Amino acid sequence: MTAIIILAVVAVLVIIIIGMYNSLVKMRNQVKNAWSQIDVQLKRRYDLIPNLIETVKGYMKHERETLENVTRMRAQAMEASGVAEKSMAEGMLSSALGQFKIAVENYPDLKANQNFLALQEELTSSENKISFARQNYNDQVLFLNNKIEMFPSNIIAGMFSFSKEVFFEVEAPQERQAPKVSF
Amino acid sequence: MWEVIKKNRFKSSMLLIMMSVVLVVLGFVIGSSVDVESGGFVGIIIATIVYLIMLLVTFSQGKSIMLRMSNAHEIGPDDYPQLYNIVEEMRIAAGLPVMPKVYVIEDDAPNAFAAGVNPKKSVVAVTTGLLRIMKRDELQGVVAHEMAHILNRDIRYMTLATVMVGTVAIVSQIFLRSMMFSGRGRGGGNSKGKGNAVIMIAAVIFAILAPIAIQLLYFAVSRKREYLADASAARLTRYPEGLASALEKIGSSTQDLKVADKSMAPMYIANPLKPKGQRLKNLSSTHPPLDQRIKILRAMGNAHSYTGYQQAYHAVTHSKKSIIPASALER
Repeated sequence: MTAIIILAVVAVLVIIIIGMYNSLVKMRNQVKNAWSQIDVQLKRRYDLIPNLIETVKGYMKHERETLENVTRMRAQAMEASGVAEKSMAEGMLSSALGQFKIAVENYPDLKANQNFLALQEELTSSENKISFARQNYNDQVLFLNNKIEMFPSNIIAGMFSFSKEVFFEVEAPQERQAPKVSF
Repeated sequence: MWEVIKKNRFKSSMLLIMMSVVLVVLGFVIGSSVDVESGGFVGIIIATIVYLIMLLVTFSQGKSIMLRMSNAHEIGPDDYPQLYNIVEEMRIAAGLPVMPKVYVIEDDAPNAFAAGVNPKKSVVAVTTGLLRIMKRDELQGVVAHEMAHILNRDIRYMTLATVMVGTVAIVSQIFLRSMMFSGRGRGGGNSKGKGNAVIMIAAVIFAILAPIAIQLLYFAVSRKREYLADASAARLTRYPEGLASALEKIGSSTQDLKVADKSMAPMYIANPLKPKGQRLKNLSSTHPPLDQRIKILRAMGNAHSYTGYQQAYHAVTHSKKSIIPASALER
């Protein structure tokens, strides 16, 4: 009788451990997937920038520095790797683009250009997509990190060496609002 | 998000069970009125078969029926770049693996709806009227609300429920009409006895009441889902003001949706058919009052979470009811 009870308890424990392990694996994969979503959107923005610069170059003759800055930051961001380094480089690219948007205000001709308007929509959307992908990624990271820290899943996480992931934080909170008044 | 979905599933199943009870009783009563001894069960079977056939038709081509009725056409990223972009942004925010199809409906009334029975094959449709009057943030709020319906699996249950409402309506209609005809045909001569007459009257009363009862059940849950979809939309966009100001614009529009059909109402962002009377409005509406939804969204301030929405709901309505399942609030 006692043997059966012990067996049953062990069986239940094993099932619980398997469940916790699997949910940790699932969460880690979700973080990875969310990260690749951000990556896709970041690449889209990289592809968009040369096009944008090409279109506005003729109009914005007095803003060479601003445009060069955008190009430089883009190159830097493309080379960055790892979440922390990428976060910083992307932050700098975003602020360079922010300056560019402010500069655009002084060129009414440009704002009447259909081609530019289309690119402007693409840029706005691209930035939104990055920030929504980031939002989703950070949510997933939070779930994983909570699971890793909280009892009793922390024991399983320790046993199989699950490590906490880094949040992707680029902008100050109010910067999310900034593009709303853009152009 | 998952907690919300699970809770939704349970509540929706309860609703569906209650609605099927109405349908079964209706079948039984009508059957009995035809033949007292064995007609009841035949009635139940016939009602069930009608329901299953309608369900089958709806599930196999429900999406296309709805879209055809709505005079909608599919668009790509080049036709309406901004709309397509916004849908994609919300897909990313929702973490949905597959991009929904995007449709535009040629109609001046501003409205939008979501369709499709599973998140992998979903549709977001908006009217040209909506596109014309909305700014980018507002359109984003509307699309987020529709995306929330997809994400919360509202559409599947609402389809099951809508078909149930439709079945009850059809069965009652057929019965009541055939009563009128056969009543005239008989001319009062060869009635089959007193017992039958009592059941007959009961059946007539039930056939009149059942569609109303089932509609009320249906409306109650539909309204709660609208609040939930608003809460999810605020969480997805982190900008409740966008949806609030969109709802304001929709509310001030005086146009009825030309292509709207009563059975499709819960799928829209705002009730496409403006109710005429004020008193019945709250009970018999698929959507909560717009001004209330706007007030709640505006009361959220900077708390864009489910908790924020729940608190705003309490503050605005002074009701203790919980709109969001407790387990989802912790996140």
